[in-house]
Amino acid sequence: MNIHEFQAKQLFAQFGIPVPIGREIKTLLAAEKWAAKLNAPVYVVKAQIHAGGRGKAGGVKLTKNGAEVPALAKELLGRTLVTHQTGPKGRKVRRLLIEEGAGIAKELYLSLLLDRDSGWPVFIASTEGGMEIEEVAAKSPEKVLKEPIDPAVGYQGYNGRNLAYGLGLPALEPTIMGPFITMLGNLYRLFMEKNASLIEINPLVITQDKKLMALDGKVSIDDNALFKHPDFQAMRDLHEEEPLEIEATNNNLNYVKLDGNIGCMVNGAGLAMATMDVIKLAGSEPANFLDVGGGATKETVAAGFRILLKDRNVKGIFINIFGGIVRCERIAHGVIESAKEVAIKIPVVVRLQGTNAEEGRKLLQESGLKIEAATDLWEAAQKIVALTGKKRKKVEATAS
Amino acid sequence: MSILVNKFTRVLVQGITGKEGSFHATQCKAYGTQVVAGVTPGKAGQEVEGIPVFNTVRDAVQKTQCDTSLIFVPPAFAADAILEAADAGIRLIVCITEGIPVNDMVRVKRALRDRDVRLIGPNCPGIITADECKIGIMPGFIHKKGRVGVISRSGTLTYEAVNQLTTLGLGETTCIGIGGDPIIGTGYVDLLAMFEKDPETEAVVMIGEIGGDAEEKAAAFIKQDIRKPVIGFIAGITAPPGRRMGHAGAIITGGKGMAAEKMAVLEDAGVIVVRNTAEIGKTAQDALSPRGSV
Repeated sequence: MNIHEFQAKQLFAQFGIPVPIGREIKTLLAAEKWAAKLNAPVYVVKAQIHAGGRGKAGGVKLTKNGAEVPALAKELLGRTLVTHQTGPKGRKVRRLLIEEGAGIAKELYLSLLLDRDSGWPVFIASTEGGMEIEEVAAKSPEKVLKEPIDPAVGYQGYNGRNLAYGLGLPALEPTIMGPFITMLGNLYRLFMEKNASLIEINPLVITQDKKLMALDGKVSIDDNALFKHPDFQAMRDLHEEEPLEIEATNNNLNYVKLDGNIGCMVNGAGLAMATMDVIKLAGSEPANFLDVGGGATKETVAAGFRILLKDRNVKGIFINIFGGIVRCERIAHGVIESAKEVAIKIPVVVRLQGTNAEEGRKLLQESGLKIEAATDLWEAAQKIVALTGKKRKKVEATAS
Repeated sequence: MSILVNKFTRVLVQGITGKEGSFHATQCKAYGTQVVAGVTPGKAGQEVEGIPVFNTVRDAVQKTQCDTSLIFVPPAFAADAILEAADAGIRLIVCITEGIPVNDMVRVKRALRDRDVRLIGPNCPGIITADECKIGIMPGFIHKKGRVGVISRSGTLTYEAVNQLTTLGLGETTCIGIGGDPIIGTGYVDLLAMFEKDPETEAVVMIGEIGGDAEEKAAAFIKQDIRKPVIGFIAGITAPPGRRMGHAGAIITGGKGMAAEKMAVLEDAGVIVVRNTAEIGKTAQDALSPRGSV
C-alpha cells in the first residue's frame, strides 16, 4: 500500500525524523487560514498524489508571500497532474501539503528497502540528492552507497558511521554526524515496526542552519502486514486506485487494469501473466491481469465477468483455467450461469485443462451459449484474437 | 533418484486440523506420501484420516521420527510455525501459506541461516517426486515419473508445464515450487545444483517471472556450473512496471526485474528460452532429442 507524502511525514515525525512544519489541506479556505498561522519566510505548496515526478510536472509551488498561498492552492486543487509515473491520463489533485520552506545547503538521497536475495534490509544513500537514484546508479554507480542491516541484531552505530563517512559528511558539515546516525536508527525502527517495504527520502537536506530535514517522503507498506496495523486503513486513498481494482479487491480477486482489448480471467498469478503474454504473442493485447485464485468458485467467476465487462475497452474474453484442486466442471457451471446472467454479447473463449476438463468443455458446448471451449492453450489464444480482431490497443479512452 | 524427497520421506503436516490442512494431508497420503503426523496446538490425541495429531512439533518428531514438515498455518502464525519446525530438528520445511508479512520472513530467513535445515516457499505449491511423494497442493495425477526436473516461482503455471511434459511422455523427476514471495527459503541455484547431480534428471525446466533478480543469479550459476540442458520460461513480458502482478514478489521496480531482461540474461547463459507458454514441453522434448533426429 502506498501512502501520501503528508502521511509519510506524519510517520517520520512520530519516529523522530525531522520534517518541515506542514499540514494536509483540502480547501482554499483551509489554505488561507493555514498560511496565516504558519507565518513562514517561504511557503511550499505540494500536490499530493501517489506518483513521483510532481516537481517537474508543476505540482510543487513556492512563494515568500503568504497572501499568495491561496492562489497557488487554487492552481493545483482539482488540476490533473501528468508525471512520468502517472501515465498519460494523469491524476487529479485533491489534497495539498502546505509547509514551511527550508534553506537548503546540501541535498542527499536516502532510502531503506529490502534486499530480496539476502533477505536483509539495506540502506541506500547518495550525495546526489534530488535526482532519481536509478539515474545516479546508471551514470555514477560509485556514488550509490549500500549498507545492509543484519536483522538478527538490527541497526548498529557502525552502520550509521559507514554511511556518514561514506557520504563525506564530516567535510560537508561535521555537526550533522550525530543527528544523521540517530536518524538512520529511527528510520530502521519505523521500517520494522510499521512493516514498511520501502522508505525513501529524496531529498534529505542539510539546511543552511545546519539541520537535517526530510523534504520529501515516500513510504510503502507491506500489504501482507496490514492486518497488524489497523490505523493504516484510514490512510488508504481510494481516489488513487482504479475503481475496477477496488471492486476486484472487495471480491477477493486480484486485478490489474491494462490498456488492451482482450479481457482475461485465469486461476493463479503466474498462469495469469503467461496468459497475458500468450495473447500478445497471438497478435493482440491483454486488457487486464485477473487472478481468480486457487479456490475459484461460481461466485468469483461471476464477479470476474462483471469486472471485465465494465472495462469498455474489452472486446473479447479469454478464460484460462488449469484445474487442480479446482474442478473444471465447476468453473464451467460458473461461466454458464454468469454468462446467462449478464447477457454477454462479445466473444468468449474458455480453455479448460486439468481436473475434469473434459466434463467442463462438454457443459460449455451443450449450454447453447456462444462460448468457444478449447483444450490447447495456443489454439485458444489464437481463437480469441481472431474473434476479437487484432491490435486494437487503446481504441478508446477508458471510462472512469 | 530424485532430489530432496522420495518414498522414504516422513512428513508432518502443521495446521492439519484446519480446512486446507486436513484436505491436503488426506490428498498427499492418498498419493502415497508417508504422512506420519500432524500438529495443531490443543488438538493432541485427535486423528485426521488415521494421522495422529500432536500439540507440538517436538512431540511429533519424538513420537514419529518425521523429518519433513508441510505448513498450512495462517499468515499471522506461519513464521512461528517455521521456526518451531526448525527448532525441533525438521530437515526440510515446505511452507504453503500465502500472505506472510515480509518482515516476519526477514527474521525467519536470518534465523534459519546457521541451521541445518532447508525451507521451500512460502507462498508455493510445494514439492513432488513423481509417483513417490507429494508434499503440497499440486494435482498429483498430472505428474509422471520421468526425465525432467522442474523449478518454478508459480503454481498453476507449473501445472501447465508439468502437464505438457507428461503428455509428451517425458515425465518428471522432482518438481519444486519455490514460491512467489520476495523472500523465499530456497532459490533456483541450490536446486539447479541438486538436479545437475541427480542421475535421473536429464534436463531442467525453470519457470520464472518478473521481479527481483533470482533468474539473473541463476543464469550466472548455469553459465558456470550446469551442463544439463535448461529450458527457461519467464512470465510477465506484458506486465507494466510498478504494479504487483498477484504474487507479492512479481513487481518491476526502478526499471529492474523486467521479463525481457531476464530472458536475455538466461539466453546468454545458454538456457533455451521459451516465449510461448504452450511450447514449454515441446522445447524440453527437442532439447532431449539426440542431435539431428528432431
